[in-house]
Amino acid sequence: MTAALRFDPIRLPEKCEQLRKEVRAFLAEEIAAGTFDPHKPNREDTDVPEFSRKVGAKGWLGMTWPKKYGGQERSFLERYVVTEEMRVANAPTRRFFVADRQSGPVLLKYAPEHIKMDILPRICRGEICFAIGMSEPNSGSDLFAAKTRATKTDGGYLINGTKIWTSSAHIADYMIAIFRTSPPTKENRRHGLTQFLVKMKQPGIKVNPIGQITGQYEFNEVVFTDHFIPDDHVLGEVDGAWKQATSELAYERSGPERFLETYYVLTELVRAVGPNPDTRSAEGIGRLVAQLHTMRRMSVSVAGMLQAGKEPVVEASIVKDIGTVWEQQLPHRVRDLAAFVEETATNRETLERQLDFAIKTAPKLTIQGGTTEVLRGIIARGLGLR
Amino acid sequence: MAESDNIVVETAEKIFADLGDPQTINNDKKNSWQAPLWQALSEAGLPLSWVPDDLGGSGASLADGFALLNAAGRFAVAVPLAETMLAGWLLAQAKVTSPEGEMTVLPASPKDRITLDADGSLSGRARGVPFAKTTRHFAVLAHGKDGVSIALVDAAKARIESGLNVGYDHSDTVTLDKVQPVTLRAAPKGFDQTMMMLMGGVARSLQIAGALESMLDISVRYSNERVAFEKKISKFQAVQHNLARLAGESAAALAAATSAADAIANATSFDDEVYLEAASAKIRCAEAAEKGGAIAHQVHGAIGFTMEHILHRYSLRALAWRDDFGSESHWAVELGKLVASRGADELWPLVASR
Ligand SMILES: Cc1cc2nc3c(=O)[nH]c(=O)nc-3n(C[C@H](O)[C@H](O)[C@H](O)COP(=O)(O)OP(=O)(O)OC[C@H]3O[C@@H](n4cnc5c(N)ncnc54)[C@H](O)[C@@H]3O)c2cc1C
Repeated sequence: MTAALRFDPIRLPEKCEQLRKEVRAFLAEEIAAGTFDPHKPNREDTDVPEFSRKVGAKGWLGMTWPKKYGGQERSFLERYVVTEEMRVANAPTRRFFVADRQSGPVLLKYAPEHIKMDILPRICRGEICFAIGMSEPNSGSDLFAAKTRATKTDGGYLINGTKIWTSSAHIADYMIAIFRTSPPTKENRRHGLTQFLVKMKQPGIKVNPIGQITGQYEFNEVVFTDHFIPDDHVLGEVDGAWKQATSELAYERSGPERFLETYYVLTELVRAVGPNPDTRSAEGIGRLVAQLHTMRRMSVSVAGMLQAGKEPVVEASIVKDIGTVWEQQLPHRVRDLAAFVEETATNRETLERQLDFAIKTAPKLTIQGGTTEVLRGIIARGLGLR
Repeated sequence: MAESDNIVVETAEKIFADLGDPQTINNDKKNSWQAPLWQALSEAGLPLSWVPDDLGGSGASLADGFALLNAAGRFAVAVPLAETMLAGWLLAQAKVTSPEGEMTVLPASPKDRITLDADGSLSGRARGVPFAKTTRHFAVLAHGKDGVSIALVDAAKARIESGLNVGYDHSDTVTLDKVQPVTLRAAPKGFDQTMMMLMGGVARSLQIAGALESMLDISVRYSNERVAFEKKISKFQAVQHNLARLAGESAAALAAATSAADAIANATSFDDEVYLEAASAKIRCAEAAEKGGAIAHQVHGAIGFTMEHILHRYSLRALAWRDDFGSESHWAVELGKLVASRGADELWPLVASR
């Protein structure tokens, strides 16, 4: 057999269920206190610093990291539970999520010790926000076309160029970015990129907001003009970032955030149809729940592989491909079914408002974190086709 | 696609490879492969995997039996292995000893009912019963005045109208008209037809997932052989993306089916969580059979549309298996009703229950 795709039926251990209860209780308290409204995914106040600090105080950030850096040395499966509960509750995770999922693990692997000791505990306390600087105006899917230059100077580098679509750059304290330290070679066009830790809110960095079709403001253009980065902020190998960047993406691809972003419309539909749905609604809901359940089983299975120290690149890409296509279609399927909801349903307005927002959100879901086409290329490689 | 460390599966795979190779079977127009394959499977005790020793079986675990069914799906074998396993399992619920030879279960659709009359005879009609025409005994679930019973019935006593499913396998209509069973016992408390249907549905899900694994395998292989426009077709990005989608469907089917099997194997009762797992597996695997099968045929071009090529042995069977023990539409309606009756705020806790 050519393709060894396996998704073992991992079950979350008992301690995860205990943790899940704690997270639910915490979120219920926060909702009751008015910190956020779970029925409003489109609220304007997605950045809630005090919420981040409370999550940090609970020990739910950097959960898998070593204790000496403020982590909890807990499992990927425990982290998984926290992530899905936050996502399902529409909790305001924007300020800490990237740092927790992606930037922290990169620093753990590649940053010098004094930087780890300085930054990681602050991430764990929910005090700082990270952005990812990969995309550029002419380099998205084709990461290796990135042009923003890092020129060697005394004690560090000078950065010139532009990053784009950078989520949260306007609130970020740091960015992990790739810059060109030398041109690509003829043999290897992946050569010449280096990963840097960038301190935001410093001279030579200008963040320009970009509006999104949802009416929200989330990503930005970031312009660098002779911005200085000290030598000890180089992460990993000079000119060798391509390997680092691609393994970083594995963390970004299989989590519950990759199929739950529009989940709230499904809950609201179930509420609207009530306890005795007609056959059409029942069938529609049944299919959507079966698809959701299947994806979650796949995603939990990948979390189990990460926990076991494996690198499930192909499996993670499959979960992201199927998951994001699903969460993109979900609002449209719910809209189909909502056409038959009774006028008298008490949550009709909430459902309509949520659908309106989810439909506007949908187009981005298969683009962020690597497009569907790019992912299918990775899967094809895994199948031995390239 | 397990490199299996499971002795039951290893034994089965060896037998399938020796005597149930789809290419050989496909070339054999006289069906002379069937008897030796069945005999080898029987000698290895596989058809009665789920029957305890004291009831005439080989007493394998539920988990091993499920893994065996997945392997059977990878070879798309058209002998009543899954059916005999299910029949033995059903009989064992009421401590009825399994006879030798091929069996099947009825009813095979959640909509059909067999009734038990006061005189101990069975009546009713069951459609779409796999292999009814070629098996010797039926394991029957019947509804009587005092609840549910499980019976062993001699197939010769039933009226059978033979039919074929989409995959060209026997799928027959069985009518029982005051038939006296060989053995009849009350089902254990709480056991009902829905459980039997879910069990059958999970068996079919594992078979569909297995067939999809093989479809992926032969499609990838074919794409690396077939040349068009002076290139292997595997080098065309459009073909690569189709195969990536097929891999996704195959992976989803396998994940859903093995998770449901694991849920049943470790369950103490058929609660809502097990129901979610089993119904979801049947729904998702049926959807995967449709989408994945279409891609496998697309990649194979016209050759895959011929009787000479083995692709149809997998693709048509996977499509046919969708219909047994409740189609995806049936389970979707039932699952949707369950979700609605529990209420919106209980949906996530149900999905996240394990
Ligand atoms: C909401 C949102 C948030 C984002 N946040 C960040 C962030 O924080 N940091 C960051 O660095 N980036 C971020 N991105 C950018 C994202 O990673 C890129 O948009 C993505 O990588 C695609 O790049 P692109 O937009 O330049 O499209 P392009 O690369 O120009 O692609 C356009 C189309 O062509 C297709 N295509 C391109 N190359 C190929 C190929 N070889 N084969 C087949 N098809 C191909 C693509 O799949 C796509 O459909 C974000 C994007 C969104 C939508």
